[in-house]
Amino acid sequence: MKKTLISILFILANTFCFAQTKNTTLPSVSIKSIEGKTINTDSFENQGNPIVISFWATWCKPCAKELNAISEVYDDWQEETGVKVIAVSIDDSRNAAKVAPFANGKDWPFEIYIDANSDLKRALNVNAIPHTFLLNANKEIVWQHTSYLDGDEEELYEEILKL
Amino acid sequence: MKKVLYGLLLSSGPLFSQGIQNGHLSGNFQSNSQLYYEDANLGITSENLPSEKFLINSFANLLYTTSNFSAGMRYEANHNVLLGFDKRYNGEGITYRYTQFNKDGLDITLGNFYEQFGSGMILRAYEERNLGYDNAFDGIRLKYSPFKGLYLKSLIGKQRLYFDKAEGIVRGFDGEISLNESFESLSDIKTQVMIGGSFVSKFQKDLDPIFILPENVASWASRFSIYHGKWMVGAEYVYKYNDPSATNNFIYKEGQALLANLSYSKKGFGLSLAAKRIDNMSFNSDRNLSGQEVSINFLPALTKQHTYALATIYPYGTIANGEMGLQADLNYKIKKGSLLGGKYGVGILANFSNAYSIHKSPINEDTAIGASGTLGYTSDFFKVGDDKYFQEFSLEISKKINRKLKLIGTYLNTHYNSNFIVGYGNYGMIKAGIWVLETQYKLKPKHSIRTELQHLKTAQHEGNWAMGLIEYTVSPHYFLAIQNLYNYGNKINKTHYPNISAGYTKNTTRFALGYGKQRQGIFCVGGVCREVPKSNGFSLSITSSF
Repeated sequence: MKKTLISILFILANTFCFAQTKNTTLPSVSIKSIEGKTINTDSFENQGNPIVISFWATWCKPCAKELNAISEVYDDWQEETGVKVIAVSIDDSRNAAKVAPFANGKDWPFEIYIDANSDLKRALNVNAIPHTFLLNANKEIVWQHTSYLDGDEEELYEEILKL
Repeated sequence: MKKVLYGLLLSSGPLFSQGIQNGHLSGNFQSNSQLYYEDANLGITSENLPSEKFLINSFANLLYTTSNFSAGMRYEANHNVLLGFDKRYNGEGITYRYTQFNKDGLDITLGNFYEQFGSGMILRAYEERNLGYDNAFDGIRLKYSPFKGLYLKSLIGKQRLYFDKAEGIVRGFDGEISLNESFESLSDIKTQVMIGGSFVSKFQKDLDPIFILPENVASWASRFSIYHGKWMVGAEYVYKYNDPSATNNFIYKEGQALLANLSYSKKGFGLSLAAKRIDNMSFNSDRNLSGQEVSINFLPALTKQHTYALATIYPYGTIANGEMGLQADLNYKIKKGSLLGGKYGVGILANFSNAYSIHKSPINEDTAIGASGTLGYTSDFFKVGDDKYFQEFSLEISKKINRKLKLIGTYLNTHYNSNFIVGYGNYGMIKAGIWVLETQYKLKPKHSIRTELQHLKTAQHEGNWAMGLIEYTVSPHYFLAIQNLYNYGNKINKTHYPNISAGYTKNTTRFALGYGKQRQGIFCVGGVCREVPKSNGFSLSITSSF
């Protein structure tokens, strides 16, 4: 067991030396649209403008608070920065069918996806939700934040403005 | 042999890495620790107060990703595992490691992986780390998409059982086709149709001294979903051949599950209806284990998932041996500027759900229902049984009063049959009414106060509860929360569950320190929700990711 660990670390260390040091790009993972279509995250696109990816679930109150708060100022944000918000639900089959009615009922103007098998959540090392990522024009992750406290959307917007 | 392999790995390191450069290393870390004090009310008495006094669960994941290759591992160290978790989690080791590569549309995973077919009722491997649940496969998975819209998956592997693996070998195949994406002539029409099917089988040797048990158990599933504008309709049906197990008392009956959904939604309005029927559908990697730890499939509870503390006291859990249920869920926003909506509009969430037993008749006059070694029982597919397991109605109204103040009022009415649902033992039908008033007040930019007042009224089980919470947050870094649950209606033991917690978050790193008593359940303070086990004492939780 120890040897396996050492070898893996060795490979990683080796690899790391060769790897260029730049920001992490969005991993390529398949998730579902709310129309049930399989979509690869490679196809996330916002014509060179920033993208915000927010992980949420129908049962997560702080998540809904965050998305409600962004929803209220979204028109202004878009006008000033062209930012697009993508809300990825990690609801499993207990609630997956409720995701679209929930988001529509809240009148959220975001692109909504379902990550029912938590593949994207794992690929992005999300521990707990809400968890929000900010991607620059090259779809590199330039900022991320876990949890939501009232007013956190202002910090996010300051980060968007830096891009 | 091991040494040769080890040498090879080491020497191939630099070579290997050249082929996959421009990759990224990322990872996360979580550690939950607890210093315990004795508390008879929570069942933490001197006899089972851990001799260590201090327990800790921790893990870290490392992921290395390039455009078409990824590898990762998780190291877990539980010294010793927190109360409320299975003791078999004591220890440390690499519990998850995999490599995955993608070439010409073929995606190959070697090692550990999580997977779900359809709704998961036939196959689902997943993790819920904070609940101590992880049934990851260890094996091989292939995914292939021969043309746009057609997705094929196949896998073989054994499931994780604590620091070991379950006995059974699971083999599965799944196919899904999106007709509109696959056929150009359909690409422009408004109606989107998806159909899918799965086949899963399990192999486990028969060593039973009494019965001749099937060593291979097969199951299949078919599903569809149709989207047409604001409408969605979908269903999945699963059939499992006879699979005598500890859960079903070794009956030779087949298993069936059906889940159907219908929803309609438009701007400001969402309605979804769901129905399900489950009959003898426990499907385990080891037939002799009656717990959930190595479930091959996942049977969703069709009830609303609550997060208010008192609303989580009586949660429903699916009864795999048989149940029928319905759920209706409404999400409505009364428009701004209307008579009822006022300046900011009003949000309404309503939910109704229930679950009943399925109808069962004896297979003949001489055999009791569910007798071991028999076909068990016969069941009329559409007939509801005599026992009510669960019923719940909930209504939540949220209203923004002005720029600073928001109110959320919630009412729940729950019928919880403790004779059947795993949790509290035989208290019969527990009927509870729960009221919650939440207020959110913005003191100044980035400073907010949130309060919760909750009351649960019931004549059964532990009687009435009251709860109060006050939380102060300073965005984006700090929170402080004080809460108390008081079981004042308890005839034997009127218990307080006071708890104070504070936290600091910076980007993806979060520290949360708590002191007090904690019931088991979902704990939502400081801007995140997580499952917590019961405890009394100091707790420290650290999470981070990069």
